[in-house]
Amino acid sequence: MSRLIINELTKKYYNKIALRNVSLNFEQGKIYGLLGPNGSGKTTLMKVVAGLHKQTSGHVLINDQDLSYKTKTYVSYMPTENYLYPSFKVVDILKFYKDMYKDFRYEYALDLLNSINVKLDYKISNLSSGETAKLKTVIALSRDADIYLLDEPLNGVDVLARDTIMDIITKSYGENKIIIISTHLVSEIEKLLDTVVFLKEGAVELFCDAEELRQERQMSVEGIYKEVFGND
Amino acid sequence: MEFNNNIPIYLQVMERIKQDIVSGKLKPGEKMPSSRDYSYELGINFNTVARVYKELENEKILFTKRGLGTFITESKEQIEDLRYAMAKNLIATFVEGMEQLGYSKKDMIKFIEIQYNNIERIE
Repeated sequence: MSRLIINELTKKYYNKIALRNVSLNFEQGKIYGLLGPNGSGKTTLMKVVAGLHKQTSGHVLINDQDLSYKTKTYVSYMPTENYLYPSFKVVDILKFYKDMYKDFRYEYALDLLNSINVKLDYKISNLSSGETAKLKTVIALSRDADIYLLDEPLNGVDVLARDTIMDIITKSYGENKIIIISTHLVSEIEKLLDTVVFLKEGAVELFCDAEELRQERQMSVEGIYKEVFGND
Repeated sequence: MEFNNNIPIYLQVMERIKQDIVSGKLKPGEKMPSSRDYSYELGINFNTVARVYKELENEKILFTKRGLGTFITESKEQIEDLRYAMAKNLIATFVEGMEQLGYSKKDMIKFIEIQYNNIERIE
């Protein structure tokens, strides 16, 4: 049973407030879109849940447990940066993950990489940005975690690679898993999402079922996004 | 399948399945893909497909055999009803649109005849 509850979470960096009193309840079997422009707090929120940043106040409960070294094992976090060691080959990365994480599904990763034509002997430094993004997504989703946090998986990637990445996400969906995807590319990904969270200046502006939004407002999630955030 | 993001996705998928049943692309009694496979095929959310199947079951267009999957109704009558309902919708939209354009009933019928002949000639 995967569950993520965020309760009145606030995060300050010195005197800058990155998250303001965020309360959210994530249920298993759903894909969530964490939407907002740059600087709205998406990455900070993910890093707190992943246990990489400590909150200033408030609570995060993962599977009914407070954040700790233990809850880290329930969470698979994909940072937006390219963190892969450039002189490694793809196969080295897989082996590294297999050693690092007990829940890493090596065969599953091999199958996925095979299906998207990323070869094991490719060197990381020679990968295109699309290939790097695909590889990062595969690695994150190959862990058998309860909660997946994908930070901007579609950023800086061409249209075809975006489709591939969304295919990988759809394939990895599980009824007992929570997938949270942050992005500001709303139109591309909205048909994949169950629920959307709009983050505006660190606060939750909207938390709603995507289909309900379309039905009530007769508008796409992207249309509503543009209304809320304007054309900065 | 291309989606219009302004309309709930599940309604669009329901419409497509209905179209395919009426046009014979999907046959009575045929097995539907699992929600999982279908969501992958369409590139949409799993729960959206689950909802489509549930709604179409409520409309008696699909049915589930426990442990075997989801199937298209075998009832010819049900499919004929569906075809009738879809035709009624189409014609209602047509008549409403034509009225807004200021056409009389007589003109509309004439229009249909011309259009019908055109299509036949093209074929």
